[in-house]
Amino acid sequence: MARSNKPLVWSLFAAGGTLAAFVLPVLVLLMLMAGYGHPPTGMSYETLRAFAANWLAKLILFGVIGLCLWHAAHRLRTALHGLGLRADKAVAVMGYGIAAVGTLLTLYYLARI
Amino acid sequence: MTTKPYVKPYVREVPRTTWYLARRRDRIHMAQELTSLFIGIYALLLLCALRAVADGPEAYQVFVASLGSPLMRGLLWITLAVTLFHTVSWFQVTPKAMPVQIGEDFLPAAIIVGGHYAVWIVLSLFILFLAGVLHG
Amino acid sequence: MAYKTIELEILRYRPEEDETPWFQLFRVPCEEDWVVLDAVNYVKDHLDSSLSYRWSCHMAVCGSCGMMIDGEPRLSCKTFVRDLPDRRIRIEPLANFPIERDLVVVLDDFMEKLQRVKPYIIRQEERAIEEGEHLQTPPQLAKFRQYTLCINCCCCYSACPQYALIPEFIGPAALALAHRYNLDSRDQGREDREDVVASNVGIWDCAFADACSQVCPKHVDPAGAIQQMKISSTLHWYLDHLGLGRKKR
Repeated sequence: MARSNKPLVWSLFAAGGTLAAFVLPVLVLLMLMAGYGHPPTGMSYETLRAFAANWLAKLILFGVIGLCLWHAAHRLRTALHGLGLRADKAVAVMGYGIAAVGTLLTLYYLARI
Repeated sequence: MTTKPYVKPYVREVPRTTWYLARRRDRIHMAQELTSLFIGIYALLLLCALRAVADGPEAYQVFVASLGSPLMRGLLWITLAVTLFHTVSWFQVTPKAMPVQIGEDFLPAAIIVGGHYAVWIVLSLFILFLAGVLHG
Repeated sequence: MAYKTIELEILRYRPEEDETPWFQLFRVPCEEDWVVLDAVNYVKDHLDSSLSYRWSCHMAVCGSCGMMIDGEPRLSCKTFVRDLPDRRIRIEPLANFPIERDLVVVLDDFMEKLQRVKPYIIRQEERAIEEGEHLQTPPQLAKFRQYTLCINCCCCYSACPQYALIPEFIGPAALALAHRYNLDSRDQGREDREDVVASNVGIWDCAFADACSQVCPKHVDPAGAIQQMKISSTLHWYLDHLGLGRKKR
C-alpha cells in the first residue's frame, strides 16, 4: 500500500486548528466591537497600518490567515464526505484551491503594506 | 485460511447523509467538524480587512462600516460562539494526542487542558491590551 | 419472584428462511444482578433455542459477546439490566458488520485487518540467545500497556462512523494494536508497519470522532493511539521528504 501524502495537509490543519483555538475568539470579539461602532483605539487605520508594516506582524498575519484557511479546507473536506458528498477529489481540489488563492492574496496584500 | 460457513450474509445499509443525526456523540462530532466552516469564513474576513488596510484609509473606513450591518453583526456573533466551541473542544482532546509520561504515570488530562486555558486567557488579554481595549 | 420482567426485542435473521432481518419479542423474568447476557441466555434456554449468538467468559475479557444494546455497541456480559432505563431492551448484532445469523456477525474483515498491521515484535537486529531476554523497565512498559488491553470485541468498529462509511478503513482496534507494538521498546518494526498504518485506509481515514474510545469496554482509547500515530507519521513524512528519514529495510 502506498503511504498517504495527507500528512502535508493534516499538519496545516492541526497547526491551523491550534492557532485558531488560541487567537480566534479574541479576534472575533475585536471585530464585533468594531461592528458596534466601538472600534478599540488600537484598531484605527494608522495603528493597524503601522503594525502591519512590521515584518513580525506580517509573519503573524500570514500565519493566522493562511493556517486558518488550510485548517478549514481540510476539515470541511472530511465533513462534506461525512455529509454524504462522495466526490472527495473534487472537494479537495476546490477547498485546497481556495486556501491556496487566499494564501497568495494574503502575501500580495502584505507586500503592499 | 478459515472456511466460510455463512450462507447469505445480510448487509445493513448506513444512511449516507443523515447517519450523524441518530446519536448525540455523532451530532456533536459533526458540529465540531462544521466549526471549520466559520473559521474559514472568518479567515476570509481577516483577508478582507487586510486588503482594506493595504488599500488605504478610505477603504478601511468602508470595511469597518460594513461590519455594522445586521447581517455582519449576526455573522460575527455566530462566529464568536462557534470559535469558542472550537477552542473548548480542541483543548479537550489535546491530552489524547499528546500524552505526557512521567515515570510510570501520565500527567492528568485536566492539567494539560488547564494549562491550555491559562495560556489562552493570558494571550487573549494580551491581544486586548495591544488593541487598546484594556486601559493599563 | 423475579426482580423485573423485561421485554427483549431481538433482531433475528435465518439466512435459509429469511430475506430480511426481523424483530422477535421475548418476555424475560430477570434477577437484580443480571446482565443482558443472562437475559439472552434465558431466551435460549427457555423460550427459543434457535437464537444464535456468541459468548464465552461472561466477565468482559474474551470479547465474544459484543452486540448493539439499545443502539449502542456494548458487551452484553458487562451491561446490567438494572442500569437500562426502559423495560424494553432492543438487541441487534454489532453494527457495520454483515449479519451471519441472528446476533452473529461476519468478522472476517476485522481478522484480516488485524493481521495486516503485523501485530508482533519485529526486530531489525536479532538478539542472540546468550544475551538473555529483553529487559524492560516499568516506565517502558507503562508507555504501551494501555494498548495491550484490547480484547478484540469490535465494539469500536461498530461505533466508528468512518468504518460505517468506508469499509476499507483499517479501523480503531487494528491501528491501536499497531501503536502498541510501535511503542514497545523491544520492537524495531515501525517502518515495516508504516506502509499499512500510514496508507490512505490507515490512520488517515480517521476523522477523530472519538466514538471508538467512548464505547471501548476496556478503556484502550484507540482514538488517542491513532492521533499519536498521526503526529509521529507526520514528523516521519516531513523527515523522509526532506531526505532526513531512516532508510527502509
